[in-house]
Amino acid sequence: MSDWVEACAAGDIDEEDVMRFDHAGRTFAIYRSPDDEYFATDGLCTHEKVHLADGLVMDDIIECPKHNGRFNYKTGDARGAPVCVSLRTYPVKVNAGKVLVQVG
Amino acid sequence: MVIGAGECGGRAALALRDLGFEGPVTLVGDEPHLPYERPPLSKEAMTGEAPAIKAIATDALFAERAIRHIHSVRAVAIDRAAHVVQLSDGSSLPYEKLLLATGSVPRKLPMPGLGGRCVYLRTFNDALAIRAHLSAGNRVAIIGGGFIGLELAAAARKLGAAVTVIEAQPRILMRGVPAEIAEIIHKAHEAEGVAIRTGQGIAAIDDDGKEVGITLADGQRVVADLAVIGIGAVPVTALAAEAGLAIDNGIAVDEQLRTADPDIFAAGDCCSFPLAVYGGRRVRLEAWRNAQEQGALAAKNILGGEEVHAAVPWFWSDQYGLTLQIAGLSDEGRSIVRRDLDDGAFILFHLAEDGRLVAASGIGPGNAVARDIRLAEMLIAKRASPAPEALGSQAVKLKSLLAA
Repeated sequence: MSDWVEACAAGDIDEEDVMRFDHAGRTFAIYRSPDDEYFATDGLCTHEKVHLADGLVMDDIIECPKHNGRFNYKTGDARGAPVCVSLRTYPVKVNAGKVLVQVG
Repeated sequence: MVIGAGECGGRAALALRDLGFEGPVTLVGDEPHLPYERPPLSKEAMTGEAPAIKAIATDALFAERAIRHIHSVRAVAIDRAAHVVQLSDGSSLPYEKLLLATGSVPRKLPMPGLGGRCVYLRTFNDALAIRAHLSAGNRVAIIGGGFIGLELAAAARKLGAAVTVIEAQPRILMRGVPAEIAEIIHKAHEAEGVAIRTGQGIAAIDDDGKEVGITLADGQRVVADLAVIGIGAVPVTALAAEAGLAIDNGIAVDEQLRTADPDIFAAGDCCSFPLAVYGGRRVRLEAWRNAQEQGALAAKNILGGEEVHAAVPWFWSDQYGLTLQIAGLSDEGRSIVRRDLDDGAFILFHLAEDGRLVAASGIGPGNAVARDIRLAEMLIAKRASPAPEALGSQAVKLKSLLAA
């Protein structure tokens, strides 16, 4: 359960932005918050399996690019129609300029 | 009580509970299904392996939230004085507040000769009937080069049917889509093998129940196993009209979605309302997100809120690998600034005479334009007048304009 994998370099993601990260047949979304913290969730929206990394990050919200479903990417919580199922989140740490995600 | 169990009515019923309302909530719909999302009907419901309804709620959720869903029944009359609605099964139901979310129905082609092979798409059952004819080798004629028709054309090609699209206007997507973007979509369809006949009225149709023959204005004939007619939608207003409510291209409501009767509201495809972002211009929108937003807003105002519909119109369409998204009403614009993105995607920003950003239309593969269209929508809502050079330069992040 403690398999940390390197997702990207810390500088690869702008502040208040998101990036897609694929690993071992799974897809994740890695976020950098406006206050310069990093987070990770499942990569696909729970509504229609759209890649969230094409969506817009505003504060602590990621909005799905397709139908504007919203999630708090720090907690994974779904924030109203059309999404009702929350996202799974994953621990993230930054080590020597690398963003590591615990994908277990 | 909510009449109309589509996206709008369903969302409104759920929103009433989300807002803490504890009185009885009844949702009346004429379809046999739970409220479901209609956008997939012209897309995944055609091409997916097993077509399934994408319901917005389950029976269990309705039970848990004490929402009574009466299906397969129409509302036939509203007695405003008595606050009672009569239903098609002979029963009647009292209401304190009423929301009309009756939606829209396909505009009928006013021609003789239409039979069983000339169909329309509105419901899941319509979609199943169309799907049965979209197999390889079949010939499909699509009458109307709007979104429904073009999405169906794309689905039919994916399934291997031969497709002809017939459009009376000089180009496809005349209403609401800039010519530059319509051309990209036109070419995509031609590249996929769709025959598009624009500027072609229909002189005659003969449908013997097995085959449809369509005679075009120029005398040519298109023969098909199925003709799908997608020439727009009309709001369902008869119930409201008979109850004496004002109709103006839809059930006329104010910016809080109230009719002139303080106990009756209308929302979604069936209503026309003043759009705040364009100085109160009265519009009627046939769009999924509008149905959701207005359902939720009506619920708030039914419970005593006084919130104004302030949203910017937004919709999308998927055809082949392309997605189109439009925020705002592009006919409000007088000039256009183009912003090119990666992978051939681009966005047209529509500016009013005074430089205000009033709409943005984007097209590209996948969700390439989604983020910038969403930011444009926020700029439109703020009534911003960004510098055209900034809008046109990919190097300038739209988010930075929002902060300005």
